[in-house]
Amino acid sequence: MSSIIPADLYYTESHEWVRPNDDGTVTVGITDHAQHLLGDLVFVEIPEVGRAVAAAESCAVVESVKAASDVYSPLDGVIVEVNEALADNPELINEDPYGGGWIFRLKTAAGLDQLLDARAYEAVAVAEDEDETSLANPKLTG
Amino acid sequence: MAKRTPLYARHAALGARLVDFGGWDMPLHYGSQLDEHHRVRRAAGLFDVSHMTIVDFADPAPTRTLLRHLLANDVARLYPGKALYTCMLNEAGGVIDDLIVYDRGAAGYRLVLNAATRDKDLAWIAPIAARFGAAWRERDDLAMLAAQGPEALARLELVLGAATVAAVRALKPFHALEAEGLFIARTGYTGEDGVEILPPAAVTPELWDRILAADVAPCGLGARDTLRLEAGMNLYGSDMDETTTPLVSGLGWTVAWEPMDRDFLGRAALERQRTVGVPQTFVGLVLEERGVLRGHQPVYIDDREIGQITSGTFSPTLTRAIALARVEAGVGVRCQVDIRGKRLPARVVKPPFVRHGRVLIE
Repeated sequence: MSSIIPADLYYTESHEWVRPNDDGTVTVGITDHAQHLLGDLVFVEIPEVGRAVAAAESCAVVESVKAASDVYSPLDGVIVEVNEALADNPELINEDPYGGGWIFRLKTAAGLDQLLDARAYEAVAVAEDEDETSLANPKLTG
Repeated sequence: MAKRTPLYARHAALGARLVDFGGWDMPLHYGSQLDEHHRVRRAAGLFDVSHMTIVDFADPAPTRTLLRHLLANDVARLYPGKALYTCMLNEAGGVIDDLIVYDRGAAGYRLVLNAATRDKDLAWIAPIAARFGAAWRERDDLAMLAAQGPEALARLELVLGAATVAAVRALKPFHALEAEGLFIARTGYTGEDGVEILPPAAVTPELWDRILAADVAPCGLGARDTLRLEAGMNLYGSDMDETTTPLVSGLGWTVAWEPMDRDFLGRAALERQRTVGVPQTFVGLVLEERGVLRGHQPVYIDDREIGQITSGTFSPTLTRAIALARVEAGVGVRCQVDIRGKRLPARVVKPPFVRHGRVLIE
């Protein structure tokens, strides 16, 4: 599956993207690869502003018609803004995962060097497409 | 390696997201599950359901006797061309599978069973059929397509011809005919008008292409699941299984109690359950807030757990979450569902939620 992986962003193995902002905060969303795997999103549970989160802590949930999936904070920090538009328009994540589909903004002192660059993330995405136990290959019942 | 239907290459070429479904590589969607759902409610969609298990019994007389014992609904209600939805029960009244049986007159009976239950179904049926002297064979030489939606029959005229479609239109729901080498039934799993077609595997890719060319949209099993849930139809393995009887699964209507002396498998257990009182009821739920209902979420009244969701989803037609749930008998109109530790209010309703494009709940 070919998906868009912008070169100027940072990534996690759990499919979040991270964009550094000029004010020292980072904006976080899920990747094009992740939204493809999930399919049409119908609900996003967004975190509360002011919440302190640790790296790899679950802080949002994105739900497609078929499944719910956690979104993890990429870094230690405090949530300073959330994308309220997702409450009424969860499909923004499908339509524009790196733009209008952003999920939250994080104030963080952590270095971005612990994250993946675009090339390293692409390797993760490709490996997952080939892994039958991954999100790319959900099991249906019935 | 997973099994593939005659349409596997077609699905791959259409860019389908292929997933494992009961040991089969099947299309989940071809891009957007929501769009496919709406296409079926508003116009017409085409599903490959060739993974379903088809079994033919050629000899009507011994098969009729067999099926009156094997199935909880009564094939004595059938006549040539008529179909019947029924459960196949174990001695404890648990559901081994749900299926449709078609009366083909002198050609015998046809059973369409689930895909994931194939092996255990055939292992269950084989010795009982042998005892009744009813020969059977699996029809893995047949594929199965479901063309569903308010426009499905009109669009099939280009493919099947006006005369055949007129004959199909003259059929009532749950009736079938055989024309031009095709078995065509007015059955489905979407709550919309339409047909299920059982073509020989060899001609299936061409038939698929011609139906798509008649502006019927390819639809995956993802949309099939949201459509059937809106239509209040049970899914085997989620809504009922061998540990639950039809009476606690919203399927009491499929059990033919009369005549009293028909000795079908599971009857004694069902009668005992009916005598002591059926402990649970099977209901629909509509979530009153944002969120998505899912199978296995617990259902509460105040602080007491009264049951569980058996299958839930986001309803594309209602744009809110709906579910089927097995809860204590006597439940009122309000309850709460535990979603990731939060109790959200839900309303108890009688399924179906949507049929023939119309919302049936307030």
